[in-house]
Amino acid sequence: MADATGVLVIGQSSAGSLDSTAAELLAAGRGVAASLGEDLSIALLGDAVDAPSQQAISHGADRVYAVTSPLLSEYQADLYLAAMDALCREVNPRVVLISRTNEGRELAPRLAFRLGVGLAQDCLEVSVDEASKTLLANRPVYGGNAVAVVSCVQTPQIAAIRPKAYEATELDSSRQGQVVSFPVELDASQARVRVVETVREESEGVKLEEARVVVSGGRGLGGPEPFAGLEDLARLLGGAVGASRAAVDSGWVPPSYQVGLTGKSITPDLYITVAISGASQHMAGCSGAKCIVAINKDADANIFKDARYGVVGDWETVIPALTEAVRELMDS
Amino acid sequence: MPLKIAVLAKQVLDPEMPMAAFRIDADAKRVVPPANIPPVVNGFDENAVEAALQIKDAQEATVTVISTGSSFALDVMKKPLSMGADELVLLQDDDFDNTIDSFQTAQLLAAAIRKLEGFDLIICGRQASDWDNAQVPLGVAEILGVSCVSLGKKVNVADGKAIVERIVPDGYQVVEASLPALVTVSNELGQPRYPTLRGIMAATRKRPTVWSKADLDLDDSQSEARLMLRQLFIPVSDQECEFVEGEDAADAGRQLALKLREAKII
Repeated sequence: MADATGVLVIGQSSAGSLDSTAAELLAAGRGVAASLGEDLSIALLGDAVDAPSQQAISHGADRVYAVTSPLLSEYQADLYLAAMDALCREVNPRVVLISRTNEGRELAPRLAFRLGVGLAQDCLEVSVDEASKTLLANRPVYGGNAVAVVSCVQTPQIAAIRPKAYEATELDSSRQGQVVSFPVELDASQARVRVVETVREESEGVKLEEARVVVSGGRGLGGPEPFAGLEDLARLLGGAVGASRAAVDSGWVPPSYQVGLTGKSITPDLYITVAISGASQHMAGCSGAKCIVAINKDADANIFKDARYGVVGDWETVIPALTEAVRELMDS
Repeated sequence: MPLKIAVLAKQVLDPEMPMAAFRIDADAKRVVPPANIPPVVNGFDENAVEAALQIKDAQEATVTVISTGSSFALDVMKKPLSMGADELVLLQDDDFDNTIDSFQTAQLLAAAIRKLEGFDLIICGRQASDWDNAQVPLGVAEILGVSCVSLGKKVNVADGKAIVERIVPDGYQVVEASLPALVTVSNELGQPRYPTLRGIMAATRKRPTVWSKADLDLDDSQSEARLMLRQLFIPVSDQECEFVEGEDAADAGRQLALKLREAKII
């Protein structure tokens, strides 16, 4: 396509409020737009998006496309995709950024294929080669063992950004922007997948993705019972409990506990791993943790390479002692 | 009519191989396969085979496994057959490097599916453990214009519909999709079954169908590259781990708590 210009962010909002992932995308998009010398737009999809539109402008959008239809009131992939496809063809952006959320995981590839262009998947960082106006995307591959720098050949150049790879900029309510109404004609028959039932199995207490402290257990725990000890420690620290894929696959805890490339991405201030070897698959989910503490009886475990503090020892002895000492410190 | 199921599977480097064996040829921008470690069927694709076989356990169905690549370890790729799949179709050509450009890989698989006159249900692993693109299955669904459900942990077919339990961050959804449909599955589906002795014997006798580029009706207008790999490198961590010690393991646990308090982390 000729004359493609600008950066378009696909933002998610819920309950009349801009999602944090959309604000992160705007932060990434501002940098890209500045390097290109072009402007930054955001697409917000829904039945009404007035409130998140203002928030998006305050977070850095020059323009908001309010992509509305009564059929967009709830997320449905086929309908969202049809709306995004229509918008991209109309707006003709140079760059499209999508967050690799649960929804983005399916929307980004399908949009790229529908537009007949490439997608840089699961990026941790995007920059611009200014001479060619090409987006350069850094993304982990081989479960995080390697990093690839990729670029898209055609426009729009689409990148899916890993949640929390970018930090949202401060809200500036004095910023001005334009809201462009973009109503879309959709037909309910375009939705080929229908939700029959939604079952919640979230653990009680603090949400894993939002927890300031996370205590995770791995294969080395040997069974479901030791997770009760991790719960105690997590509760003392006001945190949540997570698990490695090995622990989830063994059926010790539900899949919603899984931290890793194919589980949740977490960004706690403190991440305590217990009997986790630290396969790159797992580390991909906690690369945003500020301080990793590893407890493992194998001094050569990979986890110590990424840990700030480590204890080489048996969790059965270390964890009760650590928990007791934390309890005393918290009480004093 | 038996239900016609396809499983898309990829041969990958063994992700469990020791880190020390993981090497990159930076100039060629590719990972060097270690000589003494055989490749494996991508783990999530084995979950996909399991999903297909569970359906086949419950109703009349055929399971065809399709893979694309420039070279195959045949005994590795026959594993789905020894688990109970009926047929194996290998799209093999020097040009099929299926690494970074998911667009090209999806075009090949879609062309093979068309040549096999379509399927009621296509099951795929959510992503491959090498390039982690998680794009090819969704792309195949787009090219073929079939319904698409991602991240299934249970797949059933009844009354001309696929019924899928699909993972969402705080639990799961039960969704219905009209057939033909493509479903991606994740490890939450459960352990893939082990090949039986009978299965292994049957697989030994089976010959895969092998098609090269010339056998596939490819759309030339779609042959242009979509993605460019500019650089490939192994990241270096500058993290230095401070090992906390004590008189014994329990004391080390106590010292760790004090250390974290000292650093104002707790």
